[in-house]
Amino acid sequence: MMSPAHYLFLSLALFLIGCVGVVTRRNVIVVLMSIELILNAVNINLVMFSRVFGDVAGQVFALFIIADAAAEAAVGLGIIIAFFRNRETVMTDEMDLLKW
Amino acid sequence: MSPTTQAVLQFLQAYWVELVCGVVIVAAVPLVAGYAVLVERKLMADMQARLGPMRVGPHGLLQPIADAVKLLIKEDIIPRDADMLIFWFAPVISMVAALTSMGALYFGPAFRVANDINVGILFVVGVSSLGFLGIILGGWASNSHYSILGAVRSTAQLISYETAGGLAMVSALLLAGTFKIRAIVEVQSQNQVWFIFLAPVGFFMYLVASIAETNRAPFDLPEAESELVAGYMTEYSGFRWALYFLGEYANMIVVASVATTLFLGGWLRPFSNVRWLSWLDFSPVLVLVALGVYCLYRAGKQPVKVQSGFMWAVALGCFAVAALFLTPWIFSPLRFALPGLNGAFWFLLKVSAYIYMFMWLRFTLPRYRFDQLMHLGWYILIPLAIVNVFSVGLALLLEMEFGWNRWLALIVTTILTLGVAAYLVHLNDKRGAAASAAVVASDSYAG
Amino acid sequence: MLDSIVFYFFAGIAVLSAALMVTRRNVMHSAVFLVTTLLSIAGIFLQLRAEFLFVTQIIVYVGGIMVLFIFVIMLVRLDVPLHQMRFRFQRLVALLVAFALGVEVLVILLLARKLPGAGLFVQSTAPVSKLPPNSEELSRTLFSNYLLPFEIASVLLLVAMVGAVVMAKGRKRADES
Repeated sequence: MMSPAHYLFLSLALFLIGCVGVVTRRNVIVVLMSIELILNAVNINLVMFSRVFGDVAGQVFALFIIADAAAEAAVGLGIIIAFFRNRETVMTDEMDLLKW
Repeated sequence: MSPTTQAVLQFLQAYWVELVCGVVIVAAVPLVAGYAVLVERKLMADMQARLGPMRVGPHGLLQPIADAVKLLIKEDIIPRDADMLIFWFAPVISMVAALTSMGALYFGPAFRVANDINVGILFVVGVSSLGFLGIILGGWASNSHYSILGAVRSTAQLISYETAGGLAMVSALLLAGTFKIRAIVEVQSQNQVWFIFLAPVGFFMYLVASIAETNRAPFDLPEAESELVAGYMTEYSGFRWALYFLGEYANMIVVASVATTLFLGGWLRPFSNVRWLSWLDFSPVLVLVALGVYCLYRAGKQPVKVQSGFMWAVALGCFAVAALFLTPWIFSPLRFALPGLNGAFWFLLKVSAYIYMFMWLRFTLPRYRFDQLMHLGWYILIPLAIVNVFSVGLALLLEMEFGWNRWLALIVTTILTLGVAAYLVHLNDKRGAAASAAVVASDSYAG
Repeated sequence: MLDSIVFYFFAGIAVLSAALMVTRRNVMHSAVFLVTTLLSIAGIFLQLRAEFLFVTQIIVYVGGIMVLFIFVIMLVRLDVPLHQMRFRFQRLVALLVAFALGVEVLVILLLARKLPGAGLFVQSTAPVSKLPPNSEELSRTLFSNYLLPFEIASVLLLVAMVGAVVMAKGRKRADES
């Protein structure tokens, strides 16, 4: 295993790239994919610290995050499909039904 | 010597077995897949009372090489507006997934790439499921109706039956207690019984699920020529199609190897712990010698000199391989190679038997319609797989906590599972009868 | 040294694929690059000796979630040419904020070197042979200490499955059934 700093830098880089993706992209599917990237960056941190401290609870938590990400992706994509059926668009700019 | 060179040499010294086995797998699998196609055509011909490919080489044995040359020199047609990046990589993904999943398999006790990784069987199943990405990306990138329809249908079928297959595997893994491949076979050796006898329902469910997993008949609607041209492979020509095709046959080998490891005792010979049957250890030699003698007998009956010369060559080849198997018996220093050779022989024999069953089913059963296929997967196989996991777990619980005999517990729970299966099939028949009754009632032309 | 080669290989591919993912115009290309990112993160898990998580990442994330994403991208595929973004400086502002955040965290990490007993930059852990087998250890902890979260996660997945099916099914068919 490398020093913890290596993994921290890697997960920081992935987290920031995911954040930039969430903020910048207009296509809501790409926004969802960037959110998955953020969750994976957090997973790397969890697993690395679980290895450093020898406690497997970090990996258990990462497993729960993976399961949760699956549920969230399924529901989010269902919402996108329902919205697309009504409004024919997947651009965040055009999802302004609640705008006054 | 620079430290880099030293490090590389150290790496080679530590991992040379794995590297050699990996190279052999990558080199041998396309050849084996090509000859598997020839075997399939010959078997199909035999079951249809004809001869099959006979023209290229004696008895058609050079047909795969002719096919490979043809595919390599074919024109590479790319549809207009196809997504180039994905069009290039989709067949590669399919092939790489199938070959990588072979990395964790043990083809016999000594021939392996990864040294008994902790999650062996899960790795094989998980990485071979990466091949689905190759299918759906290939279908989408072709920019054609048949491709997308075929890809979506194929992927839907694959993910449905992967669940059922995984649950069927879980019932065998419960009996084994571990994911490691070597440990699974060792448990079967210790218990002196293959898991197919302890969990037969699991084996048959895995058989059905693996047929659907590899897009073989009777579940081959996505690539049936009369339905969807070639499904997701329609727009791929030449070598790209060859990559998809090789990926499919490599997947077949992977699935057969997993079934052999889990259910058919891996590389153990039948009755591996019975001492007085240890003459069966000579069976590779005996089988090959018998094959050689048969080839010699047929050589005398050939009308043409080339064919009889070829039969002589095959006979001599069989005797040479038999001598290779016999050498460890004669030269004592080479005895360490015996378990590896014998184990590899039995493993490959079982894998071949499993693939023969695939081919046999292809030539016998008619194709399932897509909605029938999905109904079979979701309404019958997955509930039955869940009930099977429960029943095997219940049997193990009865054995551990209440002290039942293992065989008694397993037989009782298998009968329960079969009862549930009969009920599910009865429900399916009722639904089929109701549907056809509705059709008859609404059909004004019916008598 | 093999360890560091493996780490830099997977880390490099992960960061490169992630950067490509958020910048591609074609959504399907973004999905393919996310697949490579997830596979390299799975490689990082394997390098950290978390084998069960490695296999779970491949089966669940790549084999499940990404296939779902690709199906949805195929369904909502729009051939409308993308016109320019309305807020012209959005990308620049996002990059600046990300850079600021990154610099902040880096400063904190580098300051941690000066603290006593700071092991963040030290490359030493328990030797590999002393690690307990990963799947057994994880399952033992999962089914004893974390049984309640496990059951709740399974209910969550069931609810998500039902919800996704209902939402994606459409109004007409929901009325019929």
